[in-house]
Amino acid sequence: MLEGILIGLQTALSLQNLLVVIGGCLIGTFIGMLPGLGPMSIIAIMIPVAITMGDPSAALILLAGVYYGAIFGGSTSSILLNAPGVAGTVASSFDGYPMARQGKAGKALTIAAISSFAGGTIGAILLMIFAPMLSSVALLFHSAEYFALMVVGLSAIAAFAGPGQVTKAVMMTVLGLIMATVGEGALFNMPRFTAGIMDLQSGFGFITLAMAMFALPEAIFLVLKPKNLGDDGGEIKDLRITRSEARAIAPVIGRQSVQGFFIGVLPGAGATIASFLGYAVERNIAPKEEQDEFGKGSIKGLAAPETANNAACTGSFVPLLTLGIPGSGTTAILLGALIALNVTPGPRLMIDEPQIFWAVIMSMFIGNLVLLILNLPLIPYIAKLLAIPRNFLIPFILFFTLMGAYIGQNNATELLILVGFGICGIALKFANFPLPPLLIGFILGGMMEDNFSRSMQLYGGVSFIFERPMTLGLLVVAAGLIVLPILRARKAK
Amino acid sequence: MALDRWIALVLLGICIVYGYTAWFTMDGSLAPFMRRNPIWPSTFPKVLSIIGIVASLVILLGLEKGEEKIGDIDHRRLGDYFIGQALFLLGLMVVYALCLRPLGFVFSTSAFLIIGSFILGERKWHVMVPVALIATGAVWYLVQEVLGIFLRPLPFFMGV
Repeated sequence: MLEGILIGLQTALSLQNLLVVIGGCLIGTFIGMLPGLGPMSIIAIMIPVAITMGDPSAALILLAGVYYGAIFGGSTSSILLNAPGVAGTVASSFDGYPMARQGKAGKALTIAAISSFAGGTIGAILLMIFAPMLSSVALLFHSAEYFALMVVGLSAIAAFAGPGQVTKAVMMTVLGLIMATVGEGALFNMPRFTAGIMDLQSGFGFITLAMAMFALPEAIFLVLKPKNLGDDGGEIKDLRITRSEARAIAPVIGRQSVQGFFIGVLPGAGATIASFLGYAVERNIAPKEEQDEFGKGSIKGLAAPETANNAACTGSFVPLLTLGIPGSGTTAILLGALIALNVTPGPRLMIDEPQIFWAVIMSMFIGNLVLLILNLPLIPYIAKLLAIPRNFLIPFILFFTLMGAYIGQNNATELLILVGFGICGIALKFANFPLPPLLIGFILGGMMEDNFSRSMQLYGGVSFIFERPMTLGLLVVAAGLIVLPILRARKAK
Repeated sequence: MALDRWIALVLLGICIVYGYTAWFTMDGSLAPFMRRNPIWPSTFPKVLSIIGIVASLVILLGLEKGEEKIGDIDHRRLGDYFIGQALFLLGLMVVYALCLRPLGFVFSTSAFLIIGSFILGERKWHVMVPVALIATGAVWYLVQEVLGIFLRPLPFFMGV
């Protein structure tokens, strides 16, 4: 292994490759900030550039830089504008945006950058150690376990079920799940609940819903009650994290790096589940007084999903590199790039082309480090975005929400759907319905139904729950994550 | 009746229509071989409709105890806030959605940004106009030229 690490370092640390990774990180960060353009689209756009470079190692290093940059860029728009452009960064906005509103935008971005760095780096270490071993474990997960895992992911809604709000949180989750059933499902191959409208055949767009439920109501609330985002006390450019804050987030980062990585290893699970689950777990194990802070600007609530989604992204390379199976949309595109570069990922990659295997792993370390070094000095300037006068900032936020939906679906009707949902989101916010559970339900709903249906077909009913111990175990964990906080709150009364 | 109960009433209506479709109309067009499957396309929606109806009834009937919480903005006193500006901006978004294709990206977006700032009370035209034009040009270049996503720049009567 040591020889491989040295080969990888030698390749990744050449001047050309260092410049490539810096360029990739910068491009990824800035394009990733645009709602609607997630890592998958940016990597797809960069593939022709990578292929023309000729050298597979340099090309992969460029794509790894773009990947990590795009993830951080997506978190930035989530935290500053409450506009999560990709599903994996939705959970970052739960506490990141409240922090930005409290005048702690700089601190929130710093925590995001450090957590991402730590998640990515620890994930890469785990990848080096466990990759060959984990590839076989990942294959033990069948649709029944995936279904149970989605249910565990749904338990994140408990974080939004405050006193007297449990039914509202459940209702919003069900509404999200209902919306996920609209359109043509992957398994049944027939349109459902489309009312004959062609534009609904492919279902509602994730970005449209995310913008309508998060960014648009927030922007309209800023119009109704004027307040410059940077004015709410504190120093928006202040990056400092106190010693006690560092002590508080360190164990969260440690736990979520490991948990996020192992979830990322499972093909199809990925960063979204990892971030929701990370958020739910950290909230549930936090002391009672800290639990109440979640959703209101908790540093742990921000560090958990940020760490978990980066670690999961690294974990998703395990099935790609060791089995040639892409575990997520982004790794599927990377697989395409590898094949275009005459590299065939699989069990023999480490033996036949160690320089490429190790260069990819080393580029993860370097990409994460470069991202941290590049972004920390930029954070004060990025955070300054919130100091733009409201009269200019709000039209821009509205414009970017519209553009996110338009780019995502390339359809002007989507903009009208966005405004319609946005008005519903405003009404729900007025009536204190928690909106994150709706989005969690929507994101997980499709995958949950597909895996549930597949398991039902394989086992001829719900017997899979009892026949597969791992499924039963995960469902018990999910029930515990939902019920225990409620019982604990009752006991505290 | 409080706003959350009105919303619960609307959601109850949605769940009833959704449930009716799932329970009574969806399975009619199902192919015979699919009827032998343990799960149908309507199975999951049927479960959801029941949970949705129960949850909305709990909210509507006020069965869950909890204090009425007023958020950042009290919806009962909307007149105290800048409601006019908010409504105009929502209207502007609808107009933008309708004009984006026929009038082209450059004109629609510049107008959206300028009028948006104007609605919010900005009157510094020497700042509004250049900022809007530069931002529009930069986004168009990035999306169309760099990312290759087609955005018709000019109105329909001026070619592409």
